[in-house]
Amino acid sequence: MQLAGAFPILQGKYGDWFLSGFIESLQLLGWALLLALPLGLLLAVGRSATSRLARAPATAYVQFLRNIPVMVQLLFWYFAAPQLLPAFVRAALYRHGAEFPCAVLALGLYAAAFVSEDLLSGLRAIPRAQYEAASALGMGRWQSLRRVILPQALRNSLPALASQALTLWKNTSLATVIGASELMYQTQKVETESFRGAEAFAVATVLYLAVSTLITGLGVVAERWRPVHAR
Amino acid sequence: MSSVLHDYWAYFLVGQYPNGPLGGLALTLLLGVSAVTLALPFGVLLGLARLSPWRALRWPVMALVYVVRGSPLLMVVFWAYFFMPGSSGRGNSQFATMLAALVVFNGAYLAEIVRSGLEALPRGQLEAARSLGLGYLQAMRHVVLPQALRNVLPSLVSQLVVTIKETSLGYIIGLTEFTFIATQVDSQLITHSTAVYTLVALTYFALCGGLSLLARRLDARSGPQAGPRPGGWAQARRAVPA
Amino acid sequence: MIEFREVSKRHGDTLVLDRVSLRIASGETVVVCGPSGSGKSTLLRTINRLEPINSGSILLEGQDIHGPSLGLDALRARVGFVFQGFNLFPHLTALQNCMLAPMHVLGLAPDAARARAMELLARMGLADRAAAWPAQLSGGQQQRVAIARALAMQPAVLLLDEPTSALDPEMVSEVLLVIRDLAHQGMTLVCVTHELGFAREVADRVVLIDAGRVVEVAPAASFFDHPAEERTRQFLAKLRSPFAQPTALEPAALHAKIS
Repeated sequence: MQLAGAFPILQGKYGDWFLSGFIESLQLLGWALLLALPLGLLLAVGRSATSRLARAPATAYVQFLRNIPVMVQLLFWYFAAPQLLPAFVRAALYRHGAEFPCAVLALGLYAAAFVSEDLLSGLRAIPRAQYEAASALGMGRWQSLRRVILPQALRNSLPALASQALTLWKNTSLATVIGASELMYQTQKVETESFRGAEAFAVATVLYLAVSTLITGLGVVAERWRPVHAR
Repeated sequence: MSSVLHDYWAYFLVGQYPNGPLGGLALTLLLGVSAVTLALPFGVLLGLARLSPWRALRWPVMALVYVVRGSPLLMVVFWAYFFMPGSSGRGNSQFATMLAALVVFNGAYLAEIVRSGLEALPRGQLEAARSLGLGYLQAMRHVVLPQALRNVLPSLVSQLVVTIKETSLGYIIGLTEFTFIATQVDSQLITHSTAVYTLVALTYFALCGGLSLLARRLDARSGPQAGPRPGGWAQARRAVPA
Repeated sequence: MIEFREVSKRHGDTLVLDRVSLRIASGETVVVCGPSGSGKSTLLRTINRLEPINSGSILLEGQDIHGPSLGLDALRARVGFVFQGFNLFPHLTALQNCMLAPMHVLGLAPDAARARAMELLARMGLADRAAAWPAQLSGGQQQRVAIARALAMQPAVLLLDEPTSALDPEMVSEVLLVIRDLAHQGMTLVCVTHELGFAREVADRVVLIDAGRVVEVAPAASFFDHPAEERTRQFLAKLRSPFAQPTALEPAALHAKIS
């Protein structure tokens, strides 16, 4: 890497630390998304149920998780939740590194609440006329949903989902409080060892911005895919 | 959980005050309200700067907003820590650091909201104001900003909710806000983690949920309408007596 | 009062105004008409510098409006502008709309500004609607408030950019009557409009603009009855299509409408 030569901060073990932290952050992002998207879909389905009673669990979940800071949720899953497990399970968990799975769990569950919100608003954005047009062509309820409504709902939600992914990416930095060795954690490690705080943070900022810009770019592309309805 | 609450409620509420600096829930609220109060004018200034015709003003602000919005809040906190003069360890400087970080972070978001609010205004409004001979700043003050910021109050309350959640990051730099206090209690009790963190979660839920409800109520009141509602809004303005 | 000297304006590759030269005397009422896209609105907007020009000069009361001696805001205080879309300030009442600029640009005391605004609204027949919000007013009423707002600055000249084009037909006359009264009171008016019946009765001179060029300038009667240019004849003929309504004003019935 030619670049490493120009910036001493990126050399040797420091460079390795940054890289491993960056990769771990990306892994947190990936796994948390993998958890959040299906769960969010499930919650969205739950919240569009017809009776208030059926809607209640999903609504409660979303309301609860939205109003509690992400960091508190991270602390909860790492420090508090394992206490509910039997002792030997807990010991095994901590021995094998509970940081990563706890972080994925906390971040994914948090994001799922917002994902469900975005999916629902994507669904609500579809004009009544689309349902009518589909049934006027003879499509049954399930067919209309599958072929006409849901594809549009998904396309509608994509920009908002991209925005959630961006938030999730930034939230991975908080996993440092439970000791996950992601980018922020590694940056602090570099800073402590090299006494070059500004440079270390600059590198980390650039890495965060790189992925943020990528996700934002995807969001812009997604915006163009939105189905356009004539008024 | 009730025993935890019974023994530590004062500590949770105000930290070590009056035997030490203010902490706990009181500090969280103080930090949140201060941050939002300062972030709004900061955001308006940034939003105006983004739309100004001078490149020397526009580009640095655009760069700042881009970097701040693409970075985690924690990063902004660390940058603030770096640039803040004064030593670590003293309660005041941690509060100041956190406040600075929150103001810059939320200000950058508000700047975008203000900017799109300004751009959504029909161009004819500014033209009409300028055609009457009002200078640019006068036109902004009397015609453009009052309209663009009309829905400020409900948005401010929901921004407060977001900011209160963000104050929890103060824990990382040792600020004795609510979450930090909770971790202190947890480390003292060790075996009551579930109770402690459930208590913390419930408190935030009650606080933020309650404020969100308030924001929704306020939003419903100022609701969609063709023109401004006479009454509260009209009385609030003192620029043009009638 | 106003003088255009070889004024040209480009927009990209198109020539929006092509060496326009025109003189408007004090107290005159001039109507500018022409096909869409001819540059007539642009011409009007160059007078108060809402649009810049590329060459030539525009003089107001002998001073170059782009020159150093006349400031932009000072120019706009002397030149009143009425927009096609009214552009009233929705967060202020009708009265406050008319008071804003006199207070903050001319430095009038609130009481003086209020008195002036009320007097103007009364002249427009809207004294009882002074405390109304723009959203509560009809289009015709809003436009009359807009005219009062512009007049509150006591401008030397009033520019009107298609003042009735955005109005429902039954409200057109109430606004045209107000403009006619202003003309009779000796106000210098430059009005871009399609209302040719109005032009015929009220204008001193009529200007036809096409493709950025002044085609013909003539006193109202001869413009309509004996147009000198072929292009003018074509323009007038097109407007006398089978579907065009005659637009002569009937004072008595319409005065009853606005009082």
